[in-house]
Amino acid sequence: MPKVKVDGVEIDVPNGATVLQACELAGKEIPRFCYHERLSIAGNCRMCLVEVKPGPPKPQASCALPASEGQEIRTDSEMVKKAREGVMEFLLINHPLDCPICDQGGECDLQDQSVAYGRGGSRYHEHKRAVTEKYMGPLIKTVMTRCIHCTRCVRFSEEIAGVDEIGALYRGENMQISTYLEHAAKHEMSANVIDLCPVGALTSRPYAYEARPWELKKTLGIDVSDAVGANIRIDSRGREVLRVLPRVNDEVNEEWISDKARYQVDGLTKRRLDKPYLRRDGKLVQATWAEAFAAVASLNPGNSIAAVAGDMVDCETMFAAKALLGALGSSLLEGRQTGMDYDTSSLAAVNFNTTLSGIENADAVLIIGSNVRWEAPLVNVRLRKAVKKGAKVFLIGPEWDTTFGGEFLGDDLSVIGNLPDAVWETIRDAKRPAIIVGGAGLGRGGLEAALALGERIGLVRELEDGSKWNGFNVLHMAASRMGGLMLGYAQKGGIADLVAAAPRVVLSLGADEVDYTRFANSMVVYIGHHGDKGAHAADVILPAAAYTEKAGTYVNTEGRVQFADKAVFAPGDAREDWTILRALADAFGVSVGFDCFDELRAAMISAVPALGIEGLADYGADLPAGGGSAAGLIASPIKDFYMTNPIARASATMQRCSAELLHGELFAEAAE
Amino acid sequence: MADRFIEPDTPELRARWGTFAWTEANAAKAKDIVARYPAGRQRSAVMPLLDLAQRQVGAEENTQGWLPIPVMEYIATYLDMPVIRVVEVATFYTMYNIAPIGRFHVQVCGTTPCMLRGSDAIIDACKARGMKKGHTTADGIWSFTEVECMGNCSSAPMVQINDDNYEDLTPERLNAVLDALARGETPKAGTQEPGRHTVEPSGGPTSLVAMVTENHDYRGEW
Repeated sequence: MPKVKVDGVEIDVPNGATVLQACELAGKEIPRFCYHERLSIAGNCRMCLVEVKPGPPKPQASCALPASEGQEIRTDSEMVKKAREGVMEFLLINHPLDCPICDQGGECDLQDQSVAYGRGGSRYHEHKRAVTEKYMGPLIKTVMTRCIHCTRCVRFSEEIAGVDEIGALYRGENMQISTYLEHAAKHEMSANVIDLCPVGALTSRPYAYEARPWELKKTLGIDVSDAVGANIRIDSRGREVLRVLPRVNDEVNEEWISDKARYQVDGLTKRRLDKPYLRRDGKLVQATWAEAFAAVASLNPGNSIAAVAGDMVDCETMFAAKALLGALGSSLLEGRQTGMDYDTSSLAAVNFNTTLSGIENADAVLIIGSNVRWEAPLVNVRLRKAVKKGAKVFLIGPEWDTTFGGEFLGDDLSVIGNLPDAVWETIRDAKRPAIIVGGAGLGRGGLEAALALGERIGLVRELEDGSKWNGFNVLHMAASRMGGLMLGYAQKGGIADLVAAAPRVVLSLGADEVDYTRFANSMVVYIGHHGDKGAHAADVILPAAAYTEKAGTYVNTEGRVQFADKAVFAPGDAREDWTILRALADAFGVSVGFDCFDELRAAMISAVPALGIEGLADYGADLPAGGGSAAGLIASPIKDFYMTNPIARASATMQRCSAELLHGELFAEAAE
Repeated sequence: MADRFIEPDTPELRARWGTFAWTEANAAKAKDIVARYPAGRQRSAVMPLLDLAQRQVGAEENTQGWLPIPVMEYIATYLDMPVIRVVEVATFYTMYNIAPIGRFHVQVCGTTPCMLRGSDAIIDACKARGMKKGHTTADGIWSFTEVECMGNCSSAPMVQINDDNYEDLTPERLNAVLDALARGETPKAGTQEPGRHTVEPSGGPTSLVAMVTENHDYRGEW
């Protein structure tokens, strides 16, 4: 713990800290462009200059200078002020004065820091450098003349994403940031470089010229495009969500989000269900709410009613539906739409027990039936970190490009019970072994076989430092899955049990992946927000709210309970889901015991107390023994990363990404 | 060198260079070069291999050699590294030619010491032979660039042509060198001043004169 003096105040700093971090600990703001906490240190923008004694009598780049015992650091001296002004003046020499037409305006590091640390005027009268635009794909808009060569984007794609696709070509004044031959950036996390870019060189293409940051209402939300539950900030203006940005949460998403989480929001204004519909003579026709409720009431299902939860619904909606079914005397609840029927009697056995940040510490990981890069890009980032620390990764399932290496052992579930000796020995001898079972590995006995393997390895153990380690992980794909399982949205035989019960009414809570032909004799009441597969099969459509349009509780795949706020109102006649279910209770003439959202939430929390506490829910560490053997080819359940949910399917941006990045279609540039 | 750009990736370029592979001799050399670095660090060999590839391209088309995109991709595959990292290196160093080049790459130093010693006349002499800055002559023999200091200030002015420096030039001496090259001869590299061997002071030493013949001890004289 070196002791340093920052502007005359003595503080202790952790070993290995840099002078910049020491200054931050002392509460001093150090301007910077290239330095970023989660990336390697480049030291090339020179904005973080401070005066350090002992040392050469010149300002030093604090981001790359280790703090050491007895240093006297000054951030407020005349030398530092002049150095910052000088660096800022050099940076601005080649930076265009186009802030009024730049999308970064208002949230630009260069703008802010030039006001705070610059000279206030320019002495430069020569020609400015101009750089040709570089194509980086449908998500990233480039104006490379604005680039200040901080190389954050290069370091992100190499270190975090693990795909070397962005590089710095040429040198000196002529240095240019580009993807290889201006191919589109193809990684699922590529758009994070937009947040990293301290200037307006890389900006969001779909959001170009949409709004200024100060016009936007910022709402804290939770992403529902996968089961990671990334923390997001929903920026909206009026009734429209304009963009989604990541929030910092080191436990969940650090400060990244996937491209789908970021860009599917333009689908929120397309293909929306904004009026109730009734199927008359085989055709869906518009109706009023009163007609719709009357039609549903006339079905008079009694206890012959079932509910299927979709992948993106919140816990409140699921609880309201459960309460409604309970009042009617039914408990036919299911959330696993595609027919999976793994055992859910122990929630610890279907949970990501190491936690998302904990998987970084694993030293041997066996992934069963999961294309992590597509099912949870943020977990892929964590796995990459684990491998960088020395973890060995083995995968069972069809091959995919992992970005972290790893060894594929075959794509049949039977490999679980029949690991090659070398692999078995590596996992057996590992200190912190982990298994990750993905959606494709859960069914056909895969979960039980994995549990049995985990038992043999001893995944639940006490580590040398006394802490507990539970290396058994299930990686879900649906944001609603863990919440649904906590609320009892699982039948023993999966959705087949619902089919067997042949209910008169099926309540579909935004369930778009269900094979509705199996419910041909039931009336399907679809409560959802997009005119997608579920709505096509519905007999009654009750328009509801999407995830940005309602407050809600979500539980991610590691059992983390998180709360989201409502950013905008649902369009047209659409209502929040719980109000529809509350009105249905009146239509059926039963009582569900809540009349407002707070009462609903209170009832839900009293039924499942863990849902009231933000943070990891405790499922215990006891895993069922498992057993049996699994067999069968594993097929990846996600065929198209950009098209996994109804919002993404409605999104023009996601459609373009799918066509261009996955299916190789060519799009002409505007000028071509 | 502000106008240095990668030769565009066209179908013609792919057709010409897409099948690039080491010649037998170069394959052995490449293996040798990679073996200089620890196992797993093979990408450290990117610079010597790019040079080797450039020379092979040069030998194939009888020029100084350059690096077409498919050749850079070949190196990337050979070293199992991302191609963008290879391109970064190739574009950074000006001794890698990233666009087609002539048989002889005449690089005239125009920095202050050379300029004071008459590099303007050297440049004029080059221009008189039809060379144009940044261009290759129509016959494909001469490529001409003006460069910054090459570190031969004590024998200024100088030009670098492919792998050799020619120093102490006058327009006449330069023309003699170029004529010899054009005839396929190999002129003497280094200083062109008669009687001068390297960069020793012309006209004999002016300091430490007593040291020329013996190990003179100056210390008492300071």
